[in-house]
Amino acid sequence: MEVLSLLGNGMLLSLQPLNILMILLGVTMGLFIGAMPGLGSVNGVAILLPVTFLVPPGSAIIFLAAIYYGAMYGGAVSSITLGIPGASTAVATTFDGRPLALQGRASLALVTAALASFVGGTVANILFTLFAPLLASVALSFGPPEIFALMLLAFATFVGLGGDDIPKTILSICLGLVLGAVGFDQISGAPRLVLFEYNGFLQGIGFLVLAIGVYGIGEMLWTIDQTRGEVTATTPKMTLKGMASDTKEATKRGWKGSMIGSFLGFFVGILPAAGATPGSLMSYGVAKMVSRNPKEFGKGSIDGVAAPEAANNSASTGSMLPMLTLGIPGSPTTAILLGGMVIWGLVPGPRLFVDEEEFVWGLIGSFYISNVAAVLINLAFIPVFIWMLRMPFTILAPVIFVLSIVGGYAAMRDIFDLWLMIGFGFGAFFLRKFDYPLAPAVLAIVLGPIAEPTLRQSLLLSSGDPSIFFTRPIAGPITIAALILIFLPAFNLIRRKLGNKKKPA
Amino acid sequence: MNLTKRTLLGIVGASIFATAPIQAFAQDWQPRKPIDFAIMAGAGGGADQIARFIQAIAEQEDLTTRPLVPNNKGGGSGAEALIHLSTTNDPDHTILVTLNSFFTTPLRQSDLGIDIQTFTPIAMMGVDPFVLWVHKDSGITTFEQYIDTVKEMGGEYVMGGTGAGQEDSIVIAFMSGAYDLDVKYIPYDGGGAVAKDLAGQQIMATVNNPAEAKGFYEAGDFVPLLAFSDERIPAYPDVPTMKEMGQDFSYYNQRAVVGAPGMSDEAAAYYQELFATIYETEAWQGYLESESLSPLWMNADEQRDYWALQVENHKALLAALGE
Repeated sequence: MEVLSLLGNGMLLSLQPLNILMILLGVTMGLFIGAMPGLGSVNGVAILLPVTFLVPPGSAIIFLAAIYYGAMYGGAVSSITLGIPGASTAVATTFDGRPLALQGRASLALVTAALASFVGGTVANILFTLFAPLLASVALSFGPPEIFALMLLAFATFVGLGGDDIPKTILSICLGLVLGAVGFDQISGAPRLVLFEYNGFLQGIGFLVLAIGVYGIGEMLWTIDQTRGEVTATTPKMTLKGMASDTKEATKRGWKGSMIGSFLGFFVGILPAAGATPGSLMSYGVAKMVSRNPKEFGKGSIDGVAAPEAANNSASTGSMLPMLTLGIPGSPTTAILLGGMVIWGLVPGPRLFVDEEEFVWGLIGSFYISNVAAVLINLAFIPVFIWMLRMPFTILAPVIFVLSIVGGYAAMRDIFDLWLMIGFGFGAFFLRKFDYPLAPAVLAIVLGPIAEPTLRQSLLLSSGDPSIFFTRPIAGPITIAALILIFLPAFNLIRRKLGNKKKPA
Repeated sequence: MNLTKRTLLGIVGASIFATAPIQAFAQDWQPRKPIDFAIMAGAGGGADQIARFIQAIAEQEDLTTRPLVPNNKGGGSGAEALIHLSTTNDPDHTILVTLNSFFTTPLRQSDLGIDIQTFTPIAMMGVDPFVLWVHKDSGITTFEQYIDTVKEMGGEYVMGGTGAGQEDSIVIAFMSGAYDLDVKYIPYDGGGAVAKDLAGQQIMATVNNPAEAKGFYEAGDFVPLLAFSDERIPAYPDVPTMKEMGQDFSYYNQRAVVGAPGMSDEAAAYYQELFATIYETEAWQGYLESESLSPLWMNADEQRDYWALQVENHKALLAALGE
């Protein structure tokens, strides 16, 4: 009960005039920062952290929470309208959001993304409020074997889906794993796969560089090739009535994805090693797996937009949990917030949750308010985003190209990354020409660098005995579930072959 | 373009004129764009905490005209960071928070071709001691019990750290050699991840800086057994030192800031003054005390001598450990 009163105080604090202003300002700025390719909540919080020293700490926290929320909502905008992921967490949103936009249904996709984000944020806030200390111990019980098992499960959701061409999916995953292995090996400290001795490869291949290359540049090349510049996307219209029917359709067809994303995203988000990007990709895979129309995914599924969007919001809130309960930043953004907290005189660590109750619950309270503000502001701006889509492709293409370049450079501020990104764009275009799915490669480059060190750490723990993945109480069931999923298509194939043999006989 | 340049010059001229009293200051070198504030380690560890704390002080006290932008480059035991500084095309805006891997990584990976004496000394912000920690549920409360437990487990005792050749692994290797211990060593990508996995009892003991373990210590989860400092650490008065155990060994992690090779003298002077100002702030002095760092302020020449000395020390240490 005391928690609820502290939470209530946090919400009331958020509703003071100065703080309402901070929320509106923060959400709007966050929305646009998030919508800029390459800039996400990390950049938003980093750029605006100094501003927070101008207002009292209470308002500063609320301002940062508002930016954080705004940026999480904004990530979907460029994923859907331009096909360039607005942030690494919104990559999975391009899978179905972009096809919807090309079908002239961008407003439906944007409304779905906004509503799913709201659901994700709300579910995460409620889970946080009710179970924070318990969930912190869950996060601690995930050691290297558990994290690896979870990563295996994530790969399995992408392989074991059936429908897609499985050998091509596996090749795509391998490609992503190889690219993810470039750079320094964490275990031995030695550099590896430094192609042509370019120092640029030493820092590894940035995920955003690949994602923007594949989805920004690659998608543009694809559109040019397919249409020769004569894009005939139906001109999207935006009316209040249209929005109401979009809301209805989004609710009806996206609730399942939203629920999957909200819960799965949150649990992946609270693990310090994982975070919002794996959370949203995994949710996409699971939503596809349990969907009645898996074929629709990748071609404009509403659930396919709802799941990753609900997950990235939920996971981002979830990543606050290890920061507030353990003092360990779960994501780059929370690392910056942690820096800010030190300046406000708060000591991060496991004592924070106990000693600074007022701060913690005030922050969570402001999350609730920011989430509501963010969904309303986001919905209000949808006509503006739609307006961008009405530009002819001949104007839009150079804009996409420029935004991709800016986004690719902003991540690491390294020119080398730009060449790499353009290379990935062309590579992706040709792979797509040969019908290779690209999403598994993107998944692999995110999960590979998490899976590999945890695999090796686990095997060091067990002196090379792989049974460690089966005998530990949490890792075991996850590993087994992953293996079943991976081999499911093989079972199906055998069953079908046997069935076929029986028929003629 | 011409017009812009001329206009800009005009503005600069006018402002120098207008601010005649501080003209001398205005002529000094100032950063013209955000400063790349690289960190030789991953997020959440001691070096990362320090970098973010320094950045926050600089922002709060409004000490720089352009922001310090923290940039984690922890790959390859800091090799990634050293190469990043060596190859930067803008040495005047690239500085690095270093650890002792500043000395060990070029020694261990001589093919990197890094000569640390080409780097630019900026500031020695303090040295960080190391402490041996176990989880409270292990029941171990003394160093002697720890030794007995490790021996009983015969090679199954699991410790975590930040990787081969890193500071904690040197301490662990020394300890293992001196007491004939056989431990399993699991490398992580930063001190934060190590502390988290000790809290979750994925590993059994760590050698962490007090700053990394303090939160868990105060919450009662971690038990300090032994300090690797010259004297007992004031915040942990009951924790004996390795020297008290009769081993002539102490080990500290340097918390120093260095500039990229080829940094101009003017830029170096600017950063040296900036970090001297940060060092003197109440916030930094408070941080040194609360996180148990020892002050070891040095000027630029002293820093170079210190580097040379540390390279020799680490050569001897690594050789003794069979690296």
